[in-house]
Amino acid sequence: MSPSLFVEQSLNGVQLGVMLFLMAAGLTLVFGIMNLINLAHGSLYMAGAFFAATVFQLTDSFTLAVLVAVPASALVGAFVEWAVLRRFYQRSHLDQVLVTFGLILVFNDVVRMIWGVVPVPLSPPDALSGPVHLFGGVEYPAFRLAILAVGALVALGLYIVVSHTRVGMWIRAGASDRPMASALGVDVELVFSLVFSAGAALAGLAGLMAGPITAVQVGMGEPILILALVVTVIGGIGSIRGAFVAALIIGIGDTFGRVLLPPALGSMVIFMLMAAILAWRPKGLFPVHG
Amino acid sequence: MSGPILSIRGLEKRFAGIVATNNLSLDVQAGETHALIGPNGAGKTTLIAQLQGELTPDGGAISFDGADITREPAWRRARLGIARSFQITSVFPAFTALQNVALAAQARERHGFRFFKNASADSALTRPAMEALTTIGLDSRADIVAEDLSHGERRQLELAMALAMKPKLLLLDEPMAGMGRQDGQRMTKILAGLKQNYAILLVEHDMDAVFALADRVSVLVAGAVIATGDPAAIRSDSAVKAAYLGHKG
Amino acid sequence: MAETKATLAKADGAATRVFAPIVLLALLALAPTLSNAVDNPFLIRLFTRAVIFAMAAVALNVVLGYGGLVSLMHAGLAGIGAYAVAILAFHDYDGSKFVGIFPGTGNLAISIPLAMILAGLGAAITGVVSLRTSGAYFIMITLAFNQMLYYFFVALQKYGGDDGLQILGSLDFFGLDVSKRATFYYFALAALTVETAFFALLVESRFGIILRACAQNERRVVALGVPPLRYKVAAFAISGAAAGLAGAMWATGQQFVSPSDLSWVRSGDYIVMAVLGGMGLVWGPVLGAIVYVLLEAFLPAWTQFWQAPFGVVVILIVVFLRGGLLDLVGAKGARGNGGGRG
Repeated sequence: MSPSLFVEQSLNGVQLGVMLFLMAAGLTLVFGIMNLINLAHGSLYMAGAFFAATVFQLTDSFTLAVLVAVPASALVGAFVEWAVLRRFYQRSHLDQVLVTFGLILVFNDVVRMIWGVVPVPLSPPDALSGPVHLFGGVEYPAFRLAILAVGALVALGLYIVVSHTRVGMWIRAGASDRPMASALGVDVELVFSLVFSAGAALAGLAGLMAGPITAVQVGMGEPILILALVVTVIGGIGSIRGAFVAALIIGIGDTFGRVLLPPALGSMVIFMLMAAILAWRPKGLFPVHG
Repeated sequence: MSGPILSIRGLEKRFAGIVATNNLSLDVQAGETHALIGPNGAGKTTLIAQLQGELTPDGGAISFDGADITREPAWRRARLGIARSFQITSVFPAFTALQNVALAAQARERHGFRFFKNASADSALTRPAMEALTTIGLDSRADIVAEDLSHGERRQLELAMALAMKPKLLLLDEPMAGMGRQDGQRMTKILAGLKQNYAILLVEHDMDAVFALADRVSVLVAGAVIATGDPAAIRSDSAVKAAYLGHKG
Repeated sequence: MAETKATLAKADGAATRVFAPIVLLALLALAPTLSNAVDNPFLIRLFTRAVIFAMAAVALNVVLGYGGLVSLMHAGLAGIGAYAVAILAFHDYDGSKFVGIFPGTGNLAISIPLAMILAGLGAAITGVVSLRTSGAYFIMITLAFNQMLYYFFVALQKYGGDDGLQILGSLDFFGLDVSKRATFYYFALAALTVETAFFALLVESRFGIILRACAQNERRVVALGVPPLRYKVAAFAISGAAAGLAGAMWATGQQFVSPSDLSWVRSGDYIVMAVLGGMGLVWGPVLGAIVYVLLEAFLPAWTQFWQAPFGVVVILIVVFLRGGLLDLVGAKGARGNGGGRG
């Protein structure tokens, strides 16, 4: 592997990693705080991409697309939480799996009804459409670099919010001890709604950033959902720090696995990684519960 | 013959810096009923959990029937003859009383890898299970699903499950917890009948029951034993009064 | 009083556990006759699909309804079985050897047991990793393993990759030609019957009692002196082998297998079938599979977008009908054995 290819693949790996982190952050917070397994998280990713593609088609402005799609995803998340999922926080994991599975089917069909089955085009903004020249003559797409920067910023912001603000304290209180949080006057329901919507916004952001790279189409959220679940499990369910570390491990592991190994093995690398890490630490790298 | 069946030496357990068990030493003699009393938070349930194997101690040693079991997993300790009843009733809610106890008998018999014969019709399991239910006075309720039993009956059921394991030592964590006066008196009577045949480590808040049943009493305060002696001696021990009985008024 | 209640419960148990499944399987046996009578081969195809889905869902339900283990990898396990049969047939057809060593075969008497062993092994290996965790971890890990199997078969270019693998040669079972639709249907139905009977015995055996006890109160199981992991791994392996059987039947019936049969969505469908039929009975998922296949066949006739209504049905079932369809007729034990409450 040439040095320039190595640099390029490393950047690809980190870029996939931050995308996975955006997805896994929502999953792990929602599980850690509300004890909810949300298989429909990938649908919010898909929603973000479709909203962005629509706005982009109408206005030709990527900035506007971002500004509309992220809050719109949060709204969809808030609606689903309010209409369906908040009834399931106390229910069994099986019920949660079933109901979110049902939601995926509904989401996919609704998207099919509105946008059809043909992928919707979404191109990166003009300013970011070309390559960037990095050190040592390495060329790298500016848009991917932008994803990387956005992801890193969001990760940093999330860390600050969760560990250093009042809202973050509420979140952590809700995670560890719901009755106690209630007793302290935290509006638990509101915190839950906010967390869910924030997770949805992050998923939507990830989806719209992935749009120009992959394709905006029905079911696009499911492969990334699985990867995000792997990240969540490896990191330790409920741990933001774990999600961040695991997202980078999986992003880089997957990218290099596919480059270096024969296809049958390359596609399995991350799952092997997961199995190895869990055999060593059944509760993930940064266990939260017990 | 005599000599301790259970011997605890220098046991230590901490949770996030809080000392739950503090250099604790205690012997339970073969055949004796040894009561463990102490204020809430003294570490009684934590101790029981370490003896049964659900928690691993940070230091010290536990020996049972002459063998060091400090590092043995819980299921193996059960096979060696340690049976625990839980402070919060722990049964199989969807099984009948008989099935609950039959499973305990099956655990003792091993042979869990039998795939065809109907276990509920296997007299090798149901006969000892029925015996245990009869001993405890629950035989008339054998076919009732556990979640339909009353609270007192479920406490009895737990005890029957422990007996069906044919243990050498019973760890009873507040067997009268949450019982009314009448149920409590019945449970005391049942335990009085059992104490001839088993070594018992009894954690209990009901002092009438403790002084009626115990051969010896140990007082646990802040994770350590502050006194051990026969019931009369403990009743008059001034340190105990100050530390514990005094609180009760 | 207690006596009477217990006797009644037993009678009810006999009705739902023994007679009802016999009636259901007997009714299923009429499908080819019915199909002939109305001269509509679509019917028999429909019921073949239902019977094979039922095999997978019954297999799943042993760990789901009785063991409380929400597995999202049963489509993957069935896929192992399906590919085993298809790959053996592939090598039988072109005379080559698997990894240059093993000859292929079109004899199902060899390939079906092999399919079951491989799927069972796959379940055992993944089970050792996933069953040491609990609850949410188990669900997510099995989902991940399902995708691992999916991507593995997608990457096998030699065996069709993304496009799937067509079975070109003929398959037989000790000389019984299963390429005729009706013959294959009876063959699959016989397998489903044997499977259901096997699991009906298993869940009442000593092994089954331990499995069910683990679902209700694992802590208590340990305190009784039983180490749960080995029983759960064994149950998962047995369930996996049965799913492998379903997969083998699928490949045989379709003469084709593709990675899309291993999609995790299919795993979710199996859970829906089990819940739809009722997890508390071994044969409940058979009913669930039939209803599922009927919905899948007839919903699209009303609307092009049939998945959304189906998704709504699933959500409504979770919200309102927690014991599955059997709840509607008030069957005892439809709710499961405390299973799936993790």
